[in-house]
Amino acid sequence: MKKTGILKAGLVGLSMCLAGTAAAEPVKVGMITTLSGGGAGLGVDVRDGFMLAVKQSGNKDLEVVIEDDARKPALAVQIADKMIQSEKVDILTGIIWSNLAMAVIPSTVSQGKFYISPNAGPSQLAGKGCNANYFNAAYQNDNLHEGMGAYATKAGYQKTFIMAPNYPAGKDSLTGFKRFYKGELAGEVYTKLGQTDYAAEIAQIRASGADSVFVFLPGGMGIAFMKQYAQSGVFKPVMGPAFSFDQGILQAVGQNAVGVKNSSHWSKDLDVPGNKEFVESFQAEFGRLPSLYAVQGFDAANLILSAMSKADVNDKEAFRAALKEADIQSPRGAFKFNKNNHPIQNIYVREVIKEGDIYTNKIDSLALENHQDAYADECKM
Amino acid sequence: MTSALIIEQLLNGLQFGVMLFLMAAGLTLVFGVMGLINLAHGSLYMVGAFACAAVASYTGSFWLGVVASLAASAAAGALVEVTVIRRLYNRDHLDQVLATFALILIFSEGTRYLFGSFPLFLNVPDMLAGPISLPGGLQYPLYRFAIIVVGALVAFGLYLLISRTRLGIRIRAGESDRAMIAALGIDIRLLYTIVFALGAALAGLAGALVGAIQSVQVGMGEPVLILAFVVIVIGGIGSIKGALVGAVLVGVVDTLGRFLLPQFFQLFMDNAQATSIGSALASMSIYILMALVLVVKPKGLFPANG
Repeated sequence: MKKTGILKAGLVGLSMCLAGTAAAEPVKVGMITTLSGGGAGLGVDVRDGFMLAVKQSGNKDLEVVIEDDARKPALAVQIADKMIQSEKVDILTGIIWSNLAMAVIPSTVSQGKFYISPNAGPSQLAGKGCNANYFNAAYQNDNLHEGMGAYATKAGYQKTFIMAPNYPAGKDSLTGFKRFYKGELAGEVYTKLGQTDYAAEIAQIRASGADSVFVFLPGGMGIAFMKQYAQSGVFKPVMGPAFSFDQGILQAVGQNAVGVKNSSHWSKDLDVPGNKEFVESFQAEFGRLPSLYAVQGFDAANLILSAMSKADVNDKEAFRAALKEADIQSPRGAFKFNKNNHPIQNIYVREVIKEGDIYTNKIDSLALENHQDAYADECKM
Repeated sequence: MTSALIIEQLLNGLQFGVMLFLMAAGLTLVFGVMGLINLAHGSLYMVGAFACAAVASYTGSFWLGVVASLAASAAAGALVEVTVIRRLYNRDHLDQVLATFALILIFSEGTRYLFGSFPLFLNVPDMLAGPISLPGGLQYPLYRFAIIVVGALVAFGLYLLISRTRLGIRIRAGESDRAMIAALGIDIRLLYTIVFALGAALAGLAGALVGAIQSVQVGMGEPVLILAFVVIVIGGIGSIKGALVGAVLVGVVDTLGRFLLPQFFQLFMDNAQATSIGSALASMSIYILMALVLVVKPKGLFPANG
């Protein structure tokens, strides 16, 4: 099941060296991401976004090794060890899921390697467990839920029913929502992780008299919930983080998701420099619209590329400083690192719409401006 | 808590149980007749859902999709039986588990290769969309109601098939004494292929019906497979009647557990703690049920061979 895609770019860079051209030290990046099984859509988007940035840069000194973790923590750890010890990568990236990230990142950074996260942002690594060699190019896990909580307060909802799967990220989600939501809760339910039938929960929503519903149900769980909710005849507005309403899965939910408000740090119609070009080039290259995962992969690659242009990767101090500057033009607009190396960025509210035959999102409003996570102060760095 | 809510939850449990029955019936038949543990049964469920989604989006008709799902999963079942499963009947269960686990991986990656990594779209047909009003002011999704009806019809059809037809007699004979019916001149290989394809078609039907209200994606079959195994263990391995009773029992216990346990703990705990303990216990409820049944009746509720 392993797939190894190796960019042979390094060789070209080497020959340029021999020809006497001055070139920076080549950098080897190991990407461990999910390319098979149920969650593969996310990993594919991160990989494609990342490789798009590499291709656009034309930088021949960047070599990327890609392997599939099949969403298994043990496999991810094994690949990470192999990449660090026998392939001698300088930087690791690519992991989608927080439990895999927790298994790989601490040991990677303690071995003096850099880790750039294109998705997972567990709270443990944002607060006391922060590390100078760990940069998160996506978000801290709570951020989007906090944005939705702020929106629910602003929209004047008084009785929101909130629901998430019973696992660490699910608990972080509801905690994040409640941190910014000022109304009352009509109910708070934890479902089984991977649950696909929500009849019992929808009946509770109906009986609770809620005026709105907040759900964090990533991937297939969200698809199942939205389809069943639409059939139930409970017509209260639904909100959630972008994970349940992103480009990759909206087509599978279809009409049932139209009108849903969701929070994201990026949207395809966001009017910032570079976003339009990013969306168009991604579409031209891969024949589909990018998702927020693609943006995160794209930004992770650009962070590495920008640092490469300023510093030698073997000079850890200088490379770290160059990464921290975040000198990139992100499709999501203003982007900078907080002191815990997690992003300070805007969180927007998007609305699901139908555009031609495609279901997608449009920007509705700004939820939180220059938002930073709640754990930065615990980080001693 | 109103009586309407409780009735709605009971219907939800019944619908969930009926869906599990479609899966468990095939699994228990295959185990009862051939003595085979088939882990790849969940893959046939996935094949049914993907066939339905692909044909429904191509033709625009959900019903053609359902027909396609029956055909595709029965064909996949027959193909797998002839090429792989047939060689496993005389091996021990560990070999069967290994080989059918390999089939799961092959089916999953094969499906991903054909349809890509993103979930497919499949919606309920327009004529079954939306809620209906039941007596007592209760609103219930029409589609779920239809699943209950389909499940009941399938259960009745299986009953007729097994008790009233020649094929049914052979299946029953195969369950009680394999060597003897072969000695009586019945083409046992053909019988096995038919039973396997029948079980596969039922799983495919479940996949197609459920795909419309859940997510059609790679790996969708495995969580259901685990529940189906719980069902046949509770019902008694090899018994269709046991599968039906076990499925409804599991469906109702799981649904009511998810709904009532957190409320029960709220009577003497604070909200957050009660929710978290209640939902943790709810996800264990069917396994606790299985353990209790096995303590009282170690061979399940309706053991097939006495």
